[in-house]
Amino acid sequence: MANPFAIQTSFEDGVSIISLEGFVDAHTAPKFENSIQSEIEAGHNRIIVNCEKLNYISSAGLGVFMSFIEEVRERGGDIKICGLVPKVKHTFEILGFQDIFDMLDDQLKAKQRFAAN
Amino acid sequence: MATIERKFTLKVPSSTENLALIREFVTSVGKQALMKDTDISELELAVDEACANVIEHAYGHDISKEVMIRAIFDEMEVRISVIDTGKGFDPNKLKSESIEKLVSQRKSGGLGIRLIKSLMDEVRVEIIPGQKNELHMMKKIRK
Repeated sequence: MANPFAIQTSFEDGVSIISLEGFVDAHTAPKFENSIQSEIEAGHNRIIVNCEKLNYISSAGLGVFMSFIEEVRERGGDIKICGLVPKVKHTFEILGFQDIFDMLDDQLKAKQRFAAN
Repeated sequence: MATIERKFTLKVPSSTENLALIREFVTSVGKQALMKDTDISELELAVDEACANVIEHAYGHDISKEVMIRAIFDEMEVRISVIDTGKGFDPNKLKSESIEKLVSQRKSGGLGIRLIKSLMDEVRVEIIPGQKNELHMMKKIRK
C-alpha cells in the first residue's frame, strides 16, 4: 500500500520554499520534519510551505509546523503556509492554526508578505 | 422494518506504513454507508489519528503487534472501534491546553485526540489493563 508523498525544496530571493505533495501522515511526516530542520540548520528562517498539491494532513504533519514556529520566529523569520485546498484547510482550522500561522492563498502572496516585512 | 447493521473488520500489523490502507478501508465503509464526502474525510482523519496513536504509543512501533479496526453502520450512524492490546491511554485524561500554549512550549502532543473529539459525534474508551484497549467513535450520517 503506497503512501504517496513527495517533497521539494528550493531557495528563492532569500526564502526557502518547501512544496508538499500527496499525503502527510505519521509515516511521511518525519521527511517533512527533516526538510524544515535542514532549512533552519542552513540559516534559512524565512520559510514558505506550499501546500497546493497536498491532499491530506494528519496531526503528525500539523505537529511539525507547531514544533518549529517558535524557533523560527525567535530567529526573526517565519513559516508561512500557502495554497491549502479546502479539505486540508479545514483540518488546519479545526485546531485553530489560522490564529497562529500566516496562511496565504498562493506562493506569490506568501513571498509578497515576506517582502513587505 | 428492522434496521440492518453491516459490520467490517480490518486487522493490520502495527506500522505507520499501513495508515494508508486503514484510510482506504474507512473511506470504503463511509461510501457504503452513504456518508457525505466531507464526513467521510473527517471519519478517515479521526481513524488515522486513533490508529497512529496505537502504533506509536500503545505499541511503540512494534510491528509484531496488530491493530484492529471494526466498523459497524446502519442508516443512522457509523461506529468505529480501534482495538489494541498495548499500553492503554485514556484521552479524557489529557490536559486541554490551548494551541498557543503548546506552541510556546514547543510541544505538539495531543493534537490527534483533539482532532478525534472535534471530528466525531461521540468518543469513549474502554480499557482492560494488560488485556485490551478499545477506542469507540461514532459519527452520525447526515442526510
